[in-house]
Amino acid sequence: MGGAAQAKLILILLILPPVLWARPVVAQADPSGNWTPRFDEDWEERIPGPEIGDYLGLPINAAARLRADSWDATLIELPENQCRAHGSDYGWRGPSALHIWQEVDRATQKVIAYHTHLSAYGAEQTIWMDGRPHPPDYAAHTWAGFSTGEWDGNTLVITTTHLKENWIRRNGIPRSDLATARVHVLRHGDYLTVAVIVYDPVYLTEPFIRTTDFVFSPQQQMAPWPCEVVDEVDRPAGQVPSHLIAANPFLDEFPANYGIPPEAARGGADTMYPEYKLKMADMKLLPRPAKKVTNR
Amino acid sequence: MTPAGRHCPRTRQTRWGPGILPAMLSVGLVGAVSLTCAQQNPSSTPDYSKAEVHILPVQGNIYMLVGAGGNITVQAGNDGVLLVDTGVAPMSDKVLAAVRSISEKPIRYIINTHLHPDHTGGNEAIAKAGSTIAGGNVVGDIGASAGNQAAVIAFQAVLDRMSAPTGQQAPTPEHAWPTETYTTPVRKMFFDNEGIEIIHIPAAHTDGDSMVFFRRSDVISTGDIFVTNRYPLIDLERGGNIQGVIAGLNKIIEIAIPADEQEGGTLVIPGHGRLCDIADVVFYQEMVTIIRDRVQDMIKKGMTLEQVKQAKPTRDYDPRYGATSGIWTTDMFVEAVYKSLASKP
Repeated sequence: MGGAAQAKLILILLILPPVLWARPVVAQADPSGNWTPRFDEDWEERIPGPEIGDYLGLPINAAARLRADSWDATLIELPENQCRAHGSDYGWRGPSALHIWQEVDRATQKVIAYHTHLSAYGAEQTIWMDGRPHPPDYAAHTWAGFSTGEWDGNTLVITTTHLKENWIRRNGIPRSDLATARVHVLRHGDYLTVAVIVYDPVYLTEPFIRTTDFVFSPQQQMAPWPCEVVDEVDRPAGQVPSHLIAANPFLDEFPANYGIPPEAARGGADTMYPEYKLKMADMKLLPRPAKKVTNR
Repeated sequence: MTPAGRHCPRTRQTRWGPGILPAMLSVGLVGAVSLTCAQQNPSSTPDYSKAEVHILPVQGNIYMLVGAGGNITVQAGNDGVLLVDTGVAPMSDKVLAAVRSISEKPIRYIINTHLHPDHTGGNEAIAKAGSTIAGGNVVGDIGASAGNQAAVIAFQAVLDRMSAPTGQQAPTPEHAWPTETYTTPVRKMFFDNEGIEIIHIPAAHTDGDSMVFFRRSDVISTGDIFVTNRYPLIDLERGGNIQGVIAGLNKIIEIAIPADEQEGGTLVIPGHGRLCDIADVVFYQEMVTIIRDRVQDMIKKGMTLEQVKQAKPTRDYDPRYGATSGIWTTDMFVEAVYKSLASKP
């Protein structure tokens, strides 16, 4: 090592410790602020909404598949379902404006909780950071569930229990009320990545992992979401729209329109992995219509 | 019902006759009581010594007691204490201790949602620990002892099934019987500064079902018309029917008013399982209605009971609500739905 190099090394060694000491002991990247979703990410699923019968890439079991096959979108028209919020594990998927803020204990200045507000349905979630236990199993479940958080390096890791039943995909694929969610919130500068891992002993054969990205938007205005129930369709009280078993006429539209083997469209853990494409090569396709057909 | 309860054999015979009631007595239909098979065997008499009663404040004047069999609803206020159901008999002391930790006021009323022993087993001991305010025509009709215990209110069919004609042996002790019955669609009362509606749902879980709506507290106690931990138990031998269960669930949805995002607002205490609101009831009502519609369609196609069972019309809900052993299996549920629909009046 020459003299110049030695001098550089000494300089680095002199400068480095103060720089390191200036960083927090735990590098927590506070996610507080206003965030706009990058909803061009998975656009088709999020804005027009998922296609009927598209279960690709979902580690679902046969029970979940039949729930979705039987699901009739008019169910959402029922008065008791019109203002139903998304579960907090699905809500990130939006596309909703997101606001995150801290709740700080005045005396200790410690963060007691993070709160989130999503523009869709005005859904809010509290993430307790004070180490409190989760409620007993006989306590009520909510759309938001009960969440606690802890820092793993600069990642906020949220554990959510006590969720009401909700979606895995908004085409009838259910997530049960016995599921738990583990959410990793990573802030990297002006970007926020939220990785949601859903564990559902009822409808999933493997954990389901999905990431959603946001961009920091300090100028963002949050719109209110008033929701009033109206009678959209005159139907007898107690009627529940659904398709009888093996009687949903729309399930072939998605695989036909996109040239995907119907077998693959049925989803399952295999369909999450790249090597599944090799299996698809031997699968039968439906005749592809000249023009996309959709009755959703 | 606990998983432990599901897998434990039943051996004890009772005076209730055939069907699910003997099983309920032998395993206690323990709901959230944490008992293991090892604790229950070899005598099949559940060991309740380790079971605990948990108190969950609900809202307004209302608390939910969990762990004594069926859920118990407690309304406490200046006038005294009112209970909806009393749990299994061996848990009575623990139920009373839990009630006393909520209120020192006397237990004035017990309302039974139906006759099953996981909801009425504590009637005798708990009623005896209370007292009715008696006077006027009440004392005149019943005698001076009218105030010696809490009044026990139920639909008439509950008394009919818990008692027996003079000279015959009744399935339950006399002191466990309802002391006041009603036969109208709704019985109304005012207690602890709120109106209470006791609503009869005909031919549902049994033929004597009541739901209790606390109007100021905005809480509905449903009995076993709504539970969160299994398919609805339909006691066909005691007048139950799937159509009545669905009517009962629809009634809850009709009464309940949710707050923002269709949750909260009116809270719902199920017969078994966790505290709920209208959204939870809607999910359950949709499930039961969809299964009813499927079985109805299969019957229309001329399918026999065995063929319907083979077709597994519940299979998408089985991982959540189904059971292959215990007092209420999926097969028993499908059979009850089929028989409810196949035997139209």
